[in-house]
Amino acid sequence: MRWWTFLLACSAVAAAVFFAACWLANDYYFFAGYTVLQFVVLATAWNILGGYCGYVNFGSAAFFAVGAYTTVFFHKALPLPIPALVLLAGIASGLIGLGTGYLTLRLRGAFFSIATLALAVVLQTLVVNWNYVGGSRGAYVVRPNEVALIGSYVQYLFLIMLALAVGALAVARAIERSRLGFGFATIRDDELAAEASGVPTLKLKLIATTLSGALMGMAGAPFPYYIGYLEPASAFGLPYAVNAIAMPMIGGTTSWVGPLIGALLLGTLQQVATVTISSAVNLLLVGLLLVGFVIVAPKGIVGLVQPYWGRKRKRAEPP
Amino acid sequence: MDNSIVIDGIDAGYGSVRVLEGVSLEVRGGETVVLLGTNGNGKSTLMKSIMGMVPPRAGRITARIDGVTHHLTGRTTEEIVDLGVALVPEGRRLFPRLSVEENLLLGAFRPKARAQIRTNLAFCFEAFPRLAERRSQLAGSMSGGEQQMLALGRALMSAPRILLIDEPSVGLAPVLVSRTIDKIRELKERYNLTVLMAEQNFPQALRIADRGYVIVHGRIEFEGKSADELNNNDLIRKFYLGL
Repeated sequence: MRWWTFLLACSAVAAAVFFAACWLANDYYFFAGYTVLQFVVLATAWNILGGYCGYVNFGSAAFFAVGAYTTVFFHKALPLPIPALVLLAGIASGLIGLGTGYLTLRLRGAFFSIATLALAVVLQTLVVNWNYVGGSRGAYVVRPNEVALIGSYVQYLFLIMLALAVGALAVARAIERSRLGFGFATIRDDELAAEASGVPTLKLKLIATTLSGALMGMAGAPFPYYIGYLEPASAFGLPYAVNAIAMPMIGGTTSWVGPLIGALLLGTLQQVATVTISSAVNLLLVGLLLVGFVIVAPKGIVGLVQPYWGRKRKRAEPP
Repeated sequence: MDNSIVIDGIDAGYGSVRVLEGVSLEVRGGETVVLLGTNGNGKSTLMKSIMGMVPPRAGRITARIDGVTHHLTGRTTEEIVDLGVALVPEGRRLFPRLSVEENLLLGAFRPKARAQIRTNLAFCFEAFPRLAERRSQLAGSMSGGEQQMLALGRALMSAPRILLIDEPSVGLAPVLVSRTIDKIRELKERYNLTVLMAEQNFPQALRIADRGYVIVHGRIEFEGKSADELNNNDLIRKFYLGL
């Protein structure tokens, strides 16, 4: 499948999802669906660096929060439509990604992960002390009730997140089948050998951190409008970091399908648990599932299914 | 064509540890030069310095490739590979989860090498028929000897003029070591390569060496103008045999 056929197919599925949700005529599905889709974007973004390159990022919440706070900032400074905010948030967190990459990518393995964790702490401290965006009090972002042509505002947000999810999946899939993806795989398998073969490893890793960071920020951009009130503790919350790692791990990190499956599964499960049991049980669920999968299926759901499905799927040749 | 490399008084190390101290050596066009030394004396560091992976702190490395002289110091590894210098890293360092063919194709990651990827791949399969048989097998599932062949093949995919080989004998059974050494000689003759090989296995390395250097604690302690001169040398007996 060419990338644009894939994009079309994805958009068709997305449209079907949207109209199905409209037909159910219950705003709750849009609220719940938005959260699930947000995790699809986050998980896919994490996987570009964590799955393809093998660099585990514990700071997903930081990139997400950068996106959200970009929105808060512009909401006060210069009100813009959400698609523009998404773009700006992508640029802001992409730059943060690039900078983080430049500073930390000489570290490998656990050291890199700890550095990303530190990034989240540093950024949170900055935001807490930045009065303009609300500091530790948090910031109110009042959303309009309706949007022309689409209807209720939450439907509009849902649509935006749907588009972002389609975009993120298309990007991930395109990377996987390109020379860039092969370069990423060499970094994951053996960085020294990659360098010796002339793969520009630092450049590729910077591309990965920038792309991954930008996508995470974009996922965070509509969030203040969704939640209405944003405070640092929730924007930088542990659930984002944990979910962004757990979802690709459970789905499978080697292909774009993995984070999608993981996010749909875990995201839906968490929504169901929130309604039926309590929202506090969410992280426990994620943790238990993660432990279970690491023991039973370390390659995730994709790795579990692959041997039975298309025994030798033809790999794209590097052009 | 004249493809040579001259290393002039380089210092290199990691952090505050100085590994190489004023190392100078030369590999002239078409030669096979061996760099002899036991573990921890700086052989791999020297190889990495040439490739720009451990940038030297002092000194100069120049390479003459196809009649043009290039300074290698200060260049990135990618540029050095582009110029026509390739490294077969110590311990083979394959991409274990990719297939044999994918490993080879990745050897030609640079744009220059990609232009002639088909011819180079055909060359590789001709030089290593075993790899052609196993082209779709995962690299990590092959035997040590086959993996060493693949590592050599991958380095050849960038169509190098100068080939650096870091300890080809590591982790191989004795019979495979001698087969690998034979293969290196064969490749060198077939592709007109200039070879610098770091090795601990003294008798095997000397079978194909034109000349050699002995490196001890980051210094070149002895330069042998011929294989014979290296063979009958007291210093080498002292270092290798403890006599």
